[in-house]
Amino acid sequence: MNLALFRCCVTSLRLRHYEDSTNAVLDALGVGFEDVADFGCCGYPLKNFDFKAYVLSSARNLALAERESLDMMTSCNCCYGSLKQARAILEEDADLRREVNGALAKEGLRYDGDAKVLSVLEVFHDLLGTEAIKERLQGTYKGLRVATHYGCHLLRPGNVVDFDHPRAPKKFDALVEATGARSVPWTQKLECCGSPVSGVNDELSASLGRAKMDSARQAGADLVCVICPYCQIQFDWVRGTAVPDSEEDKGVPSLYYHQLLGLCLGLDDEALGLAEERLRTTGVKRALRPVKKDSDEGATSAA
Amino acid sequence: MIDTVLLYVALAVFALGSVYRMSAWVRHNVRTDTPAASPWARLASALQGVASTLFSAKFFTLLRVFVVDAVLQIRILRRSPYRWIMHMCIYGGFMLLLLLHALDAHITARLFSGYQSSANPYVFIRDFAGALVVLGVLMAVYRRFVGGPRRPPTRDADTALIVVLAVILLSGIMLKGTKITSYTRYQEMVDEYGVILDEEETKLLEAYWVEEFLVASPNMEGPFDDRALEKGEALHEMACAECHPKPYWAFTSYAFAVASQRVAPTLDQQRFPDFMWWVHYLACMIGLAYIPFSKMFHFFTTPLSLMTNAVMDKETADPLNLATKQMMELDACMHCGACTLACSVGIAVEEVPNEYILPSEKIPAIKELAAGKPLTPQKERLIQQGLHLCTTCNRCAEACPAGIQLTDLWLAVKETLLRKGIPEPLLLSPLSVHRSVSVKERLGAEDYEKPLESVREALGTGSLAELRRDPAPLAVPGPEKLFDAAERWMKPEVYATCYRCTTCTSACPVVRDDPEGAEKLGLLPHQIMYAVKLRQWDLIFDSKMLWDCLGCYQCQEQCPQSVQVADVLYLLKNRAIARAMENGPSGQEEGVI
Repeated sequence: MNLALFRCCVTSLRLRHYEDSTNAVLDALGVGFEDVADFGCCGYPLKNFDFKAYVLSSARNLALAERESLDMMTSCNCCYGSLKQARAILEEDADLRREVNGALAKEGLRYDGDAKVLSVLEVFHDLLGTEAIKERLQGTYKGLRVATHYGCHLLRPGNVVDFDHPRAPKKFDALVEATGARSVPWTQKLECCGSPVSGVNDELSASLGRAKMDSARQAGADLVCVICPYCQIQFDWVRGTAVPDSEEDKGVPSLYYHQLLGLCLGLDDEALGLAEERLRTTGVKRALRPVKKDSDEGATSAA
Repeated sequence: MIDTVLLYVALAVFALGSVYRMSAWVRHNVRTDTPAASPWARLASALQGVASTLFSAKFFTLLRVFVVDAVLQIRILRRSPYRWIMHMCIYGGFMLLLLLHALDAHITARLFSGYQSSANPYVFIRDFAGALVVLGVLMAVYRRFVGGPRRPPTRDADTALIVVLAVILLSGIMLKGTKITSYTRYQEMVDEYGVILDEEETKLLEAYWVEEFLVASPNMEGPFDDRALEKGEALHEMACAECHPKPYWAFTSYAFAVASQRVAPTLDQQRFPDFMWWVHYLACMIGLAYIPFSKMFHFFTTPLSLMTNAVMDKETADPLNLATKQMMELDACMHCGACTLACSVGIAVEEVPNEYILPSEKIPAIKELAAGKPLTPQKERLIQQGLHLCTTCNRCAEACPAGIQLTDLWLAVKETLLRKGIPEPLLLSPLSVHRSVSVKERLGAEDYEKPLESVREALGTGSLAELRRDPAPLAVPGPEKLFDAAERWMKPEVYATCYRCTTCTSACPVVRDDPEGAEKLGLLPHQIMYAVKLRQWDLIFDSKMLWDCLGCYQCQEQCPQSVQVADVLYLLKNRAIARAMENGPSGQEEGVI
């Protein structure tokens, strides 16, 4: 399967290290991908404003991938959900498809729905498989408890995105556990991070974020693990800015899945952009043990 | 005499115009967070910044950027080899013409002692340079008017520059072309340099020039016999050849001479060469005087922008210099459209008719704003909408050959416009996360919250009231109108099957966040679904619930009746915004493409 990596607008300016860590992890796992220079916005930010403009934006990217005979791989949930929903809408609505194709024809593009949309987690879980990932690990975590955060648009609407069971998903947990960490149950696991109303209703946004963190802490998690950059902004950037090193919040930092996995693949801090995270994640590295030395409890390999 | 006067007039206009244009860099501002300072204070601060940079290690960065990005223009090459060739043709050819030809008395003649404008290699190089510019301009015309996807709309300034360049180039070619065929010109030269020739020799030389140099002689016509031509050639070698290589060395002018051979005697009689000289000269003078008011000014400002941005750190820079730099950057834009081609949301103009979505079109509008020109509220609103549709993905800035930090510019101008109090529906989108994480701390609480309150209110009452021209009654859309744009997804059955079980509301994290404060939300999700059935639009649009909705799809996922609750909420938001826009100014007058 030939994949185009669809990079989220949010990461290109503000979260460059996510792009870097994504590149590094995909390389380390031998997942080949291409960059399509003309990719634009998925249209997610337009949903509130003009649903049709959103569908058109998504369709343009799908048509670009189609032109290159590539399938699309996203790591942002919002891009993933938006692209998949646009596909579903265009699948059903021939009139809209005609209209959209009229606009795309100006750029010499055409949407036929040939390009599939995959979350990078689907690539890891369904295409590579957890066993294949485990074989490549140079280190695994021992005793690390992770609150796995799926993020809304990876799961819902379930009939549209069809990533996993929308109310009892397992794939992301399996991927987290492939690193040796334990994915702990937590009550707020499938709830929204609060980011969509950040800047609209900050109080609400912060309260939703706090509820998630409280839940993760109550579940005894050492770390929250996310895949969507919006969620990571909410859990790391907003919290890191608002409550720098505050006592109550010390407990649960958050990492991007690529960073969690990358450490096990032997990638260094710089390749994974760990220094860019605002909340300290040194505890994660302390839990890392070299592979095949499981019996050697004393050795810490925090390299 | 008069030409010298014109030259000084043009130079004066150029100098004064340049000073005026550059003074805007310290007089105007696009930011709201700059400490109050007089233009003189900003100038002093800028000069201080320049001086301290020049006498530091950053000097070498400046040098590198100047060579790599300004002279060799590697940034353009990396984006598009076509544009690089095009630009190099115009820029390289133009520089050659300027230094070698326009300023020949001051530069070329001093560097090369044997300089003669009509002799080789100068005549060939001049023509070659002219041809390069013509080629580049043709490539530019093709790109602007014919080829390329989502090309930026062509503005008057773009056409004006192409016209001025074309007139200078074509008049130059025609001038030289008619000089080749001009018998008067030939006669002048013979009178000056052929005094030693007797009558017979004069005729032989003339025959040779008619045959080989395309001179349109009223006295004779070919074909001439070979012996006469041989003799003529010998005389030519003696008297003329030193300064006059064969005319085809000036290949573009030669082409014109060949093409115009039939009418050449008439052109000569009508003193066309003199006329063309004046056209060429005046076009150059107009071009010179026009530089500070045109895109050609980027000749100076683009290297300046590239170099400034290479050494200036916006986090540590003096806020006064940041304001000055952003004003300067506006002048570094030559409206090439690279940003628009790279824009993530450029496709949205197909659906949302607002040219200010395109980054290349925002710049001229921002210049007007910064200069304090009175803009209509409609135009301001469209600019603001364009700015808020931006995802701040920064692709425009990465594509900009002038290195303008466009995203920083957009963020700054957004706040400047919001302060004017125009309600902005797009503030209620997930992209506002950027405002929350990167702008909030710089703004006071009031500047941060006020725009949010005002847009909620405007959407609740259904109009961007402050913009309404006359107090018209609130237009409430009829039921058939609500989903007209969206109806294709919103078949009535998607909400009609709701039996008010309240599962959606129970599943909603927004409602759950503050169960006691739920009344502050207005209608709750299940109530909204029912209100749609009852056509209670005012109740719906006035509900804070609509704008606090996260789009997390919990409601939709849990609904036992498969009602697309979250999608209905999205479409209601669309409709609320559209209704407010309809009741505000139509927005159909300016900036709409």
